[in-house]
Amino acid sequence: MNIDSIRNGIVIDHITAGKGMKLYRLLQLDSLDCPVAIVTNAQSRKLTRKDIIKIDASIKINLDLVGYVDPGVTINIIENGELVEKKRMELPEKLVGVIRCRNPRCITSTEQELPQIFNLTDRENRVYRCLYCESRAKEEDL
Amino acid sequence: MRSVLDINDLTVDEIDGLIAVAEDIMSDPDKYAHACDRKKLATLFFEPSTRTRLSFEAAMYELGGHVLSMSDAASSSASKGESVADTAAVVSSYADIIAMRHPKEGAPRVASMHATVPVINAGDGGHNHPTQTLADLLTIHKEKGRLGGLTIGFCGDLKFGRTVHSLINAMSRYPDVRVILISPEELKLPGYVKKEVLNKNKIPYVETKDLLEFMPELDILYMTRVQRERFFNEEDYLRLKDSYILTPDKLKTAKNDLSILHPLPRVNEISVAIDKDPRACYFKQVLYGKYMRMALILKLLGVDV
Repeated sequence: MNIDSIRNGIVIDHITAGKGMKLYRLLQLDSLDCPVAIVTNAQSRKLTRKDIIKIDASIKINLDLVGYVDPGVTINIIENGELVEKKRMELPEKLVGVIRCRNPRCITSTEQELPQIFNLTDRENRVYRCLYCESRAKEEDL
Repeated sequence: MRSVLDINDLTVDEIDGLIAVAEDIMSDPDKYAHACDRKKLATLFFEPSTRTRLSFEAAMYELGGHVLSMSDAASSSASKGESVADTAAVVSSYADIIAMRHPKEGAPRVASMHATVPVINAGDGGHNHPTQTLADLLTIHKEKGRLGGLTIGFCGDLKFGRTVHSLINAMSRYPDVRVILISPEELKLPGYVKKEVLNKNKIPYVETKDLLEFMPELDILYMTRVQRERFFNEEDYLRLKDSYILTPDKLKTAKNDLSILHPLPRVNEISVAIDKDPRACYFKQVLYGKYMRMALILKLLGVDV
């Protein structure tokens, strides 16, 4: 299967197979008016199967969100058909505006203009806690 | 700007330093009587807590300072919808230091992010109450002369009791501490505290439902209230409530130098018959709380005496 190379844009590579659509939805790529390609279950040397997203425009994407959802991905920035930057994602130390605290006793439940901030407190077990109330974030809080 | 929102905001050395200052204040209060002349403490209490507020206010008065007090959220601008951030920014113009109690968890952190003066968390919902822990630590230090090498029993509501979690956190940083967790099944210490505090710091602990089982081994017994509303049904509450009431009878096998602590208020979990027992430390604990708050205010205001 061939997908045209892009001249200016972003390739999100090495997405864990099955997480491509989730990232597409969370990054709100459906609201873009440029071509976006999603490849699912592509063959990979590193992983047995992987998903890939190609965005045919130089846009800003929330890298913290990408790192949180799938820390193993690679972000390739393409300019004039050349690879100018390659970033290997990892779990970010801090998540700002990515997940909402669901604790009804948290100050963010009443003061909703406060930024939603979570800190990585246990990298090995992927634990993020709310800056304010220290409640543990759950995957479904996305 | 230094604030104290969680007991872990203070290092072990800093806690030891606060204990040393508090003990010095106790031995020579006159030396500190004008340490905070012309300084103002604002006590912002968005929910009622008379004892904690009075403790902070007494602490500031004994340092020669003044107090600006907001003890009723209903009569403050919070009732008009002002945010915690704005309140903290405004009060910073009037006061040199803020002590805040709020029903919402994390509110004092928000205040500290917008205040231009130090903020002390005086209790935020079921989350943190670091000055209670400082009071507990000074009590233990005064009674035992050390904070390490102790077997400490926690009894009652270990699930929701923020003072228990916080003291376990603080004690786990001292050497040779052993913890006995005494509670009904329904109110056991949460798994994350065991994992992230006790296991992480390699603190040996045992869990038991029986208050008497480890009584002879305890150096400290930290009692808490078993609240009716924590139970799913009345039957379980009635079945369990008396097992966690400390009576002179239950102290028969305890050490002579056991120290009994309680964050107060007490309802009936420690029989009044124990109040005269020299091992009862819970009223001294209240007094020590004031001295630790004095030491903390001095530290955060950068006042050297």
